[in-house]
Amino acid sequence: MYREGEVRIPSGCAISGIISRKGKNICGDLAVKSISIMHDRSNGLGGGFAGYGIYPQYKDFYALHIFYEGNSAREECERFLDRHFDVINLSKIPVRKTSKITNEPLIWRYFVTPLPTKLTDSQLEEKEFVSRSVIKINTLINGAYVFSSGKNMGVFKAVGFPEDVGEFYRLDEYEGYAWTAHGRYPTNTPGWWGGAHPFAMLDFSIVHNGEISSYDANRRFIEMFGYKCTLQTDTEVITYIFDYLVRKQGLSLKDASKVVSAPFWSKIDKLPQDEKEKLTYLRNVYSSLLITGPFSIILGFNGGLIALNDRLKLRSMVIGEKDDVVYISSEESAIRIIQPNLDKIWSPNGGEPVIITLEGGAV
Amino acid sequence: MGINYVYPDYEVIRNIDRCIACRVCERQCANEVHHYDKELGKMTADESKCVNCHRCVSLCPTRALKIVKTDHTFKPNANWTGETINEVYRQAGTGGVLLSSMGNPKNYPIYWDKILINASQVTNPPIDPLREPMETRTFLGKKPLDIKRNADGCFDTNLPPQLELSVPIMFSAMSLGSISYNAHKSLAVAAEKLGIFYNTGEGGLHEDFYQYGKNTIVQIASGRFGVHKGYLNTGAAFEIKMGQGAKPGIGGHLPGTKIVGDISRTRMIPEGADAISPAPHHDIYSIEDLRQLVFSLKEATDYKKPVIVKIAAVHNVAAIASGIARSGADIISIDGYRGGTGAAPTRIRDSVGIPIELALASVDERLRQEGIRGNVSIVVGGSIRNSADIVKAIALGADAVYIGTSALLALGCHLCRSCHDGKCNWGIATQRPDLVKRLNPEIGAERLVNLVHAWEHEIKEMLGGMGINSIEALKGNRLMLRGIGLNQKELEILGIKHAGE
Repeated sequence: MYREGEVRIPSGCAISGIISRKGKNICGDLAVKSISIMHDRSNGLGGGFAGYGIYPQYKDFYALHIFYEGNSAREECERFLDRHFDVINLSKIPVRKTSKITNEPLIWRYFVTPLPTKLTDSQLEEKEFVSRSVIKINTLINGAYVFSSGKNMGVFKAVGFPEDVGEFYRLDEYEGYAWTAHGRYPTNTPGWWGGAHPFAMLDFSIVHNGEISSYDANRRFIEMFGYKCTLQTDTEVITYIFDYLVRKQGLSLKDASKVVSAPFWSKIDKLPQDEKEKLTYLRNVYSSLLITGPFSIILGFNGGLIALNDRLKLRSMVIGEKDDVVYISSEESAIRIIQPNLDKIWSPNGGEPVIITLEGGAV
Repeated sequence: MGINYVYPDYEVIRNIDRCIACRVCERQCANEVHHYDKELGKMTADESKCVNCHRCVSLCPTRALKIVKTDHTFKPNANWTGETINEVYRQAGTGGVLLSSMGNPKNYPIYWDKILINASQVTNPPIDPLREPMETRTFLGKKPLDIKRNADGCFDTNLPPQLELSVPIMFSAMSLGSISYNAHKSLAVAAEKLGIFYNTGEGGLHEDFYQYGKNTIVQIASGRFGVHKGYLNTGAAFEIKMGQGAKPGIGGHLPGTKIVGDISRTRMIPEGADAISPAPHHDIYSIEDLRQLVFSLKEATDYKKPVIVKIAAVHNVAAIASGIARSGADIISIDGYRGGTGAAPTRIRDSVGIPIELALASVDERLRQEGIRGNVSIVVGGSIRNSADIVKAIALGADAVYIGTSALLALGCHLCRSCHDGKCNWGIATQRPDLVKRLNPEIGAERLVNLVHAWEHEIKEMLGGMGINSIEALKGNRLMLRGIGLNQKELEILGIKHAGE
């Protein structure tokens, strides 16, 4: 049996997300409760969460969450971290043993900042330095896998049903302004923790439901720009695409959404001239980053969430609002279970990004 | 002492019970195969002149004719076949180079036929092109590495020059001279109707066709026939022809018999003179020289038109393409060893060059490894035979394809591979006015439009089956392909997995 990354594994899934526009703290158990109602959309082979605003005391440091297959991988990785980063704090991520989550790797958390001399020598921006270091660890250090690397955010994932994963990581003890959650239904059983979702790079994290048909076109294009799709999953390549378009190319999140889930030419041709020119330009320049096939994603970033469907809306996704809190989910039930009294609820059109940001901006 | 006798390859079979001696076959055959014997009161045939073009067969009103391969044989020999032996006899008799037309017909592997296409089942839905939008529009040209914004923060949407195609299909270079006025007109009219491009080839552009300029790619070959400022300014793009798949390493050949009237004027050479283009461009002996020609053309036309560099698929095609991608060219066109021609030395046509499938796969991968795939678009030809070949080519990494032989077939060509004789009974590869008028350009254009529309429908069906609704998402999407009956090395070069993997 091949491990994730050695073979491409299609999956069906459940996703949900929750965010407080005012930046109020939301307890992680709410995200767990939401995703657990969609139990039948997962098959116990992967679940995970991303929380934003969960490390206020370390908000200026990159929080690296790392899986190790053994202590030798940990020692090698820590030597690498010591060479490149100032490690402010390190510890095992606290877990609660449960019979439903087994075969766990070593799970460590580091709060780091790049060593100034190393950063200067590299002639890279800080974020690029960190992302390249993460890619280096994941591709070169056997048995070490960084699965979360943003500031003031963290990913928690495992092989298991999402509700058990939440229990295992003690998410009831975390609070943040936004959460995303994922339950996975892969079509075969590699059983590797790194293959669970969300997938994250720096502060971008993605939970995704779908199977994109453009995968290899997207992968082969994005790999020209220093990314390496080691997992062969949709989520991984979509994360890299957003990282490339937003962080490296300077596109707004909305424009990046119009690249990956582009309006049809038949629609573009009828738009006013300036809008038509702009969208034609984006579709032409980034034609290889158009994503086709079914997907619904929630992209988390520092200061907000985006919900986006493929342009034909081949996967369900609904959005609900109550006061300043916005709920996103594959099914309405996962919203109603945590907020029965909604101000409104709707199903966004295919290709229409719903962008929710904190009222005070990024934190 | 040898006797210069070669038994004819074909036999004309005439059903005497059906033949009414109407003499249509006699009038239609420019090769003068058929003859009416007044004394016997019946038709006879000299099959030694027959090229097997089916003109007589197609027009016989009583279906009395068919052409069969002769069963006359040498003593069977796997090594010394009848064809090989006869070629030696012919060369011993004439001392000449063997000439042929159209693409390499030898029994080499056809990789298109060893590649299979994917379809969606269960985990994602196929998309129905009858009910959902299915996009085949594509742009050819250089893509910028970074976006630029104006002072107001909006995108600066000025791009290097691009060609917009409604479908990723273009008619490949076939010169006026090698093919007829009516054939050229058919291609031009069809390209305009389809929202695609046709290519002048190296024979210049007849002034009647300037009106189709916005759908015309004008070619600049080593002979520079018919190249002048008006020509350059009329085309939508330039193609510098460095090589051709049918005859890599040598220049174009047009026999003097085809250089008459308008052909001579358009090419700007005397009537009856053989037009033999030099093997190299004498101002391009290396890649840095190519760069200068690319920029000379751009300077001459204000950087408003994309430059295509066409090369034959040869052994180190990936490295050559990489050089071209850094030379300022906007588009690379690669021509495989099956590509057609109006005249080529047989030995070169049949022995030089490599399959387009392998060349395309290695070029696309190489450019991606070097991070410069966006510098150029890739167009492939030689030979694309049907819509499945196009889907496979795009999934391997092509932006668009050139079709030449398929286009000629649509115009009536029967692939008799005798273009160099200039006596094409279908009015395509000839300059004899009585033959040229057999091809009606309105009907020709309509048949070309039909062909491309039919293929477009099929491409959409296959895209939909894969769950893809834009041709752009197929480009380089090699996971959609699997090999069948290919060895590990072939799979590695094509960058695809084997069926079942």
